[in-house]
Amino acid sequence: MAKIPIIDRNKCNGCGLCVEVCSCQALVLVDNTVEVREKRECHQCTKWCTMCEMVCTTGAIQCSFEVVTEE
Amino acid sequence: MVAKVDCLRLSAYFSGLDSEELDSIREHMFEKSVARGEVIIFEGEPATAIYIVISGVVKVFKTSTDGKEQIIYLARPGDSFNDVPVFGGGLNLASAEAITQVNLCGIKKDELKAILLGNPKLAENVLKVLSQRVEQMVSLVEDLSFRRVTGRVAKILLENAEDTNGQRHRLTQQEMAAMAGTAREMIGRSLKLLEDEGKVRLERNRIVITDKKALVEIAGVGA
Repeated sequence: MAKIPIIDRNKCNGCGLCVEVCSCQALVLVDNTVEVREKRECHQCTKWCTMCEMVCTTGAIQCSFEVVTEE
Repeated sequence: MVAKVDCLRLSAYFSGLDSEELDSIREHMFEKSVARGEVIIFEGEPATAIYIVISGVVKVFKTSTDGKEQIIYLARPGDSFNDVPVFGGGLNLASAEAITQVNLCGIKKDELKAILLGNPKLAENVLKVLSQRVEQMVSLVEDLSFRRVTGRVAKILLENAEDTNGQRHRLTQQEMAAMAGTAREMIGRSLKLLEDEGKVRLERNRIVITDKKALVEIAGVGA
């Protein structure tokens, strides 16, 4: 299950907005397509702010949540 | 004459004015009594006067093309209505109907300019009243759009929490937005509101329902 942002390379237009807004610097542009820099870094980021998903104009980034009930 | 005096005492427009200023304003005012159910002004007609409620309650409302009525606010003693289109020029933005027997004071649009020019303190009060009106409108917009979305978001969370087999589903905010029929930004705000109210807790890539009972209530679904 996705615990880091999922990037659709087909939709990514390389604008770099997500890289700019990422508060834990987990995203990087590689060959004009965004990638998660290293999975470890995103795991270490405590925020999961989803800003990258919010700013993406093409819907190329998906930050999903699982929904659980606290006992 | 008694009604005019009451008007001046009750209304925020006239706060802080001395007796001389109040006397000059009083001369320009008119009085009106309205029976329950009577419409005082109609939305879309030329705005001709500002009204101040002396006694009773006035419903200020808009009507949609399919006949649905949206109450903007209830004007009670001391409250004014029809201010904005009179000051701004143009048509009545809403209709106003007496929902009780109502006594009103009014100032005609034609006389307003002269009154304001002669009373700087009144002009200052007008700004304050209009600012409060803007705050009321913002709050109404929030109630109309935001609260309903929060209820739908609550329902989505309940429906997508782990099932009886312990299977957990994953949703993006965009997916939630599509399911709720709203914009992605509203989902984020709704989740934050639910968290602030202690109904859920937002963790890294996880939404934890911490008060299921309350969420059920917000969602308006059966337990």
